[in-house]
Amino acid sequence: MNLVQTALLTAGLVAVLSAVAAAAVPAPARSAVSGGGTALTGLAGLIAGIAALSGHIATVDAPDLLPLFGVSLAVDRLGGVFLAVTGGVAVTAGIYAVGYARRHGNSRLVSALLPVFVLSMLLVTVAAGVGTFLACWELMALASLLLVLTEHRRRAEVAEAGRWYAVMTHLGLIFILAGLMIAVAHAGGDSFAQLRSAAPQLSSTTAGVVFLLALIGFGSKAGILPLHAWLPRAHPEAPSHVSALMSAAMVNLGVYGILRIGLDLLGDRVPRYWWLVVLLLGALSAVYGILEAAMNTDLKQLLGYSTTENMGLVLIGVGAAGLFSAAGDRLLAGLALAAALLHVVNHAAFKSLLFLSAGSVLHATGTRDLDQLGGLRRGMPFTTAAFGWGGLAASALPPGTAFVSEWLLLQALIHGLNSAGVATTIVLPIAVAAIALTAGLAVATFIKAFGVGFLARPRSDAAAAARESPAPMLVGIGLAAVVCGVLAVAPTLVLPGLAPAVGELLGAGGPEISGLLTLRLDGITGSLSPLLLSLALLVAMVLAVVAVRAMAARAARRATRLWDCGAGPLSARMEYTATSFAEPLQRVFDNVVAPETDVDVSHHAESRYLVSAVAYRRRVHDRIEQRLYQPVLDAVQGWGRAARRLATGSVHQYLGYGFVALVALLIVLAVTR
Amino acid sequence: MTVLGIVGGALQAVLVLVGSPLLIGLMRQVRARLEGRAGAGIGQPWRDLRKLLAKERVNPRGTSEIFRITPPLLVATSLVVAVVAPFVTTASAIPPVADLFAVVALLAMGTATLALAGLDTGTAFGGMGASREMTIIALVEPTLLVSIFALSARVGSTNLADVVTSTLHDPARVLSPASLLAAVALVVLIIAETGRLPVDNPSTHLELTMIHEAMTLEYAGPDLALVELASAMRLSVFLGLLANLFLPWGIASTLGPVALLVGAVVLVIKVGLLGVVVAAAEVFTAKLRLFRVPELLAGSFLLSLLAVAVSFFLA
Repeated sequence: MNLVQTALLTAGLVAVLSAVAAAAVPAPARSAVSGGGTALTGLAGLIAGIAALSGHIATVDAPDLLPLFGVSLAVDRLGGVFLAVTGGVAVTAGIYAVGYARRHGNSRLVSALLPVFVLSMLLVTVAAGVGTFLACWELMALASLLLVLTEHRRRAEVAEAGRWYAVMTHLGLIFILAGLMIAVAHAGGDSFAQLRSAAPQLSSTTAGVVFLLALIGFGSKAGILPLHAWLPRAHPEAPSHVSALMSAAMVNLGVYGILRIGLDLLGDRVPRYWWLVVLLLGALSAVYGILEAAMNTDLKQLLGYSTTENMGLVLIGVGAAGLFSAAGDRLLAGLALAAALLHVVNHAAFKSLLFLSAGSVLHATGTRDLDQLGGLRRGMPFTTAAFGWGGLAASALPPGTAFVSEWLLLQALIHGLNSAGVATTIVLPIAVAAIALTAGLAVATFIKAFGVGFLARPRSDAAAAARESPAPMLVGIGLAAVVCGVLAVAPTLVLPGLAPAVGELLGAGGPEISGLLTLRLDGITGSLSPLLLSLALLVAMVLAVVAVRAMAARAARRATRLWDCGAGPLSARMEYTATSFAEPLQRVFDNVVAPETDVDVSHHAESRYLVSAVAYRRRVHDRIEQRLYQPVLDAVQGWGRAARRLATGSVHQYLGYGFVALVALLIVLAVTR
Repeated sequence: MTVLGIVGGALQAVLVLVGSPLLIGLMRQVRARLEGRAGAGIGQPWRDLRKLLAKERVNPRGTSEIFRITPPLLVATSLVVAVVAPFVTTASAIPPVADLFAVVALLAMGTATLALAGLDTGTAFGGMGASREMTIIALVEPTLLVSIFALSARVGSTNLADVVTSTLHDPARVLSPASLLAAVALVVLIIAETGRLPVDNPSTHLELTMIHEAMTLEYAGPDLALVELASAMRLSVFLGLLANLFLPWGIASTLGPVALLVGAVVLVIKVGLLGVVVAAAEVFTAKLRLFRVPELLAGSFLLSLLAVAVSFFLA
């Protein structure tokens, strides 16, 4: 038994044992058992993933464990990347849950499900057969669904979010199932190895159909437009550690599925234009996701939309990799794929940090509404610093985490202009513009979330009374923050680990990224050193501070009043809120987001020239949801209402239906045969 | 990291640090003369800075550390760009930082921190300035990156030194349609990024119109001096980049006192001329309404996209 097998077995045992234990122990100890078990499961997954990336390949076959198809697991390098990411997120979320779950969902079922959810995600990345994969995928969906529903007794929105999630995830499953079944039928076997070896015989149409079905199914899991509708509902309504697990780990598995099917199992049979579609969908999701996030005033929903954005960015990289690979340019394909995988890792790090910090805010204030928050830095300095760091990491500014992966992605796109055909030439600049618009809007979004939510003056009593969260939560947050920091200044530690996975997928040696201090792209000119950049910035800042100290009259600062136009002390109502902060952007993108604004002016009874009150309300609906989903939902409802006329309650009539249906079937058979 | 790079980097830092307030002074003087005023002289911004730096440091109640670290951070971002970008020499002091994206992102980070400081004060002005500035930044970013794309796609590198060197070796490229379109797009962007007319008016304190000034309203004394210095440096850095991306001639590519001196003098002349042109144009321009600014930026975006298309199809 090698290291990978041992680690996986440990993960499985720990998860099952802690699930059983969490269901058995009394309530006070439950969150500790469940959270601790989750963290340990994650740790074992992390170790297995890292071991797989460093070359330990393992397979496990248990043909009798499940009926019909058995269980077959194989850990390869691509799986290893996602295994490690999922494990890492689970470690922070598990530790955090020890402190958080005590107040937010502590029932037997929920506590037992948390480690099972993590285990199912780990298993998805190592499944080596269609049957195993689908079973794990469904287990993951069900476990996460029940976890989303944790607080359904307290808030009505939770149940609605759960319904959306349940329907969307199962629709996704149907598409994945259909796609994989077509592939299995052609290959004549259910294991991934058989699919892989049968791929060269597939016609490009069949491969295209399989890929499209898989893209729809996995895209819905990754929150890609237009199948994102469940994500900004379900992720915020779950308890925050579950939000972190879903937003930082589970959505990645959608990307994993696309990579596994598109680049690995189908080999190079996927027609080139499907990769173009992937790239465009990615660009669209990135821009739309961040635009909705920029308009949003709900702290966790905003983060949910930002997940759609980041998965969009990842898919831009994946699509570009597919395009370059189809054009025969392995170097650029490797670069784009490495950028996509690095962004997956980075996104997992900063999104768990952000969701855990947001959970800490929710824990302390009981609200997620940015317009009710503010001034949290006084009561919660640690959470404030953590969210600020996460926001910097998410907004693609140096020395943040996302900056490195987006830089890498842009390098791949810029150098690709000369390598591929006309369609690519038109698409690549648009993709660059989309990434840039996304980057700009992301800065605005996180400045808003951090500046309005944590700085300035409290806008409600709850925000004013906020106190720092218990220690386990802070440890979880701190761990995620440290990982973010390492990824930001030393991506060179992670990239060599990702390179073998890229090489495995594209059938080449992997992208040539060398250098420990500096990220150097061999084969094309391009180098970046996040570490030197941060150091230079730090040195320059110290110089500026020292120079000013030397010149200033006195070292100490005198406290003064804020400029209040001479009108007395400023109140919290005079501050800019998240809504007002986003107003100019909302006006600029009026045609896209189509906000609903109501202004009610009520006048004094004596004169209509005297205004007594003005009520202003703005709501930004998800427009895609309204335009695309509402008609379908209405049609289904109408159909249901029409069908109700058939159900009269009379048994005779039902038997009659059966008779008619049977006869009709026989006639059809008689005619067609 | 070469000797030339380090010497050049130090020279550039000193040049930008000392010269940028003078550039502001020059631009104000040009405006004053064109408007029929006597003007305060080119050295006035430095006199203002000296006065501000000697004042007492104050701390408005209710502001956080973000408010206090923003002024030095702003200066630091501009200073780092001044050191690494090719202004006087083509060799960079820290080559892996002299990337177009990195430079643009660094300058954007300065703006973002200033917006945070504006929000941090909790005043209506601070929030207003932050909100407007972030809106403009969000719209400027795509155009900026696509222009960079147009410039670097043919060079095959986003490293600033590579772009400048390749233009030096191939002068005809400057007159190519792609390059000209990108230049026009970049001019619009630089005006928006540095808060000049018609996007923002640096000499107004009217709440209806101000953007940059609204964010810095609470700063006083040495802090204000740093913010003013940083915004002056930002302007010089952007003008210097514009000058050297399109007209790099005169830049030193070898180590030697003469080459460096020529590089420095040519840079001062180029940036000074650009400053005079901008100032003169501002006399004849009125400020745009805030919600007309996106139209200007969209136009600039179209130009930069055209530049990319042209650079490929006419190649």
